[in-house]
Amino acid sequence: MGMPGFYVSPEQLIQDKADFARKGIARGRALVAARYSGGIVLVAENASSTLRKVSEIYDRIAFGGVGRYNEFDQLRIAGVRHADQKGFVYSREDVDARSLANQYAQIMGQIFTHEMKPMEVEILVAEIGHDPEGDRIFHILYDGTVVDESDYTSLGGDNDAILGRLDETWVPDLDLAAVVKMASDALSGPERSLEAADLEAAILDRSNSRRCFRRIDDEAVTAILSA
Amino acid sequence: MSMPFFTPGNDPGPDFVRLLERTGHSVSSELPGHIDAGHATTVLAVRYGEGVIMAGDRRATSGNFISHRTIEKVFAADRHSGVAIAGAAGPAVEMVKIFQVQLEHYEKVEGQQLSLEGKANQLSGMVRSNLPAAMQGLAVIPIFAGYDVRRGIGRLFQFDVTGGRYEERDHASSGSGSLHASTVVKLGFREGMDAEEAVSLALQALWHAADEDSATGGPDPIRGIYPVVAAITADGFARLEDSAVASAFASITADLTSETN
Repeated sequence: MGMPGFYVSPEQLIQDKADFARKGIARGRALVAARYSGGIVLVAENASSTLRKVSEIYDRIAFGGVGRYNEFDQLRIAGVRHADQKGFVYSREDVDARSLANQYAQIMGQIFTHEMKPMEVEILVAEIGHDPEGDRIFHILYDGTVVDESDYTSLGGDNDAILGRLDETWVPDLDLAAVVKMASDALSGPERSLEAADLEAAILDRSNSRRCFRRIDDEAVTAILSA
Repeated sequence: MSMPFFTPGNDPGPDFVRLLERTGHSVSSELPGHIDAGHATTVLAVRYGEGVIMAGDRRATSGNFISHRTIEKVFAADRHSGVAIAGAAGPAVEMVKIFQVQLEHYEKVEGQQLSLEGKANQLSGMVRSNLPAAMQGLAVIPIFAGYDVRRGIGRLFQFDVTGGRYEERDHASSGSGSLHASTVVKLGFREGMDAEEAVSLALQALWHAADEDSATGGPDPIRGIYPVVAAITADGFARLEDSAVASAFASITADLTSETN
């Protein structure tokens, strides 16, 4: 695709693409995922109640995306397809987050190196095990880099500051209300405060029998934030 | 297995069966020759005050043989609907499995559930695409029932072998014993029955079907095998415990024996 007469070094090309993707992602609002006593909670700053950033992929797996909506939604649907098809052809228990995260990494890495425009998204694949040791949180960057997170993570704009706040507040075995409050405070920072309408929250709940994904409605989030 | 990733103009949408076809896992059913598979069963659904009761016997036959005593023919399709099957067991169970995944797949891809009528139409398409296999002796004829959360009522759908879909008002049935069962339900049906009355009516219908049709299994207290009975209401699909079905049968037995004495 290079224009005749110009030479751009591979290092420069990668650097430019990465800068472009990071700028796009930084413009959007962030998302936090963290473990709590009953599973994993995902909280995103999202003023829309119909264009979701957090969704169900499979029985014990959730998806989170930040950045360009159409791009991460395309990835979300690919994940649902992969999971449903794998569960149908093999068995429901053969569907796992690690395999999904690797597939996502392949696609995003491929697009980053081979397409004109990299994806301006960061995504998250979370899975709850049958006991807390089986919980998994994978964070996948715009270039296909996969990070295996242990207890909590943050995606999207203002990432460093939000992660810093989570480092200070997260402790093991918090209850659901405490973690939602913590996530909201981490997303807002000290200068702002967020209301339920600004947030989208969902959990993977270990006590649910098969489909563990559940959204927390605005009413419940309001009750938590005002407590 | 690689992740299916489609360009926008080339996308199969929320349809799981089309996705399987596109990725080379097609479930098409063209077969040479004719297999004489048993079509035994009685399954039925009855509308009552809170929703729908579905019930089915547990017997699978192969000619004169009883090939299975504990097969299940009533399944949850999703949270607010159920499907019961009659016909060739293998293709029928496979159809239910695809149907269940299809409803959940649509819900996840689209972010909302299909309407109850949309679900019935999906099942209709699956029965229709099974027609070549049906011509060769492997027919599957399900009934579909659910609680319509948008309208707040229980609804029932019956099908024919070509995928024809017929909404019934009060009750639906399928299988070799369905004629006997539906007569019992027709005579005993009353508007606004409670759960206990509807379960009792469904079990009486199954008992009479088993009494007349050798391919329908009756209650088997010696082995502790009872029909599968499920209630679908605003709270969702709930299968009754075997012990509850056993005690409902005990009171039916008491009524029947006092009548014959």
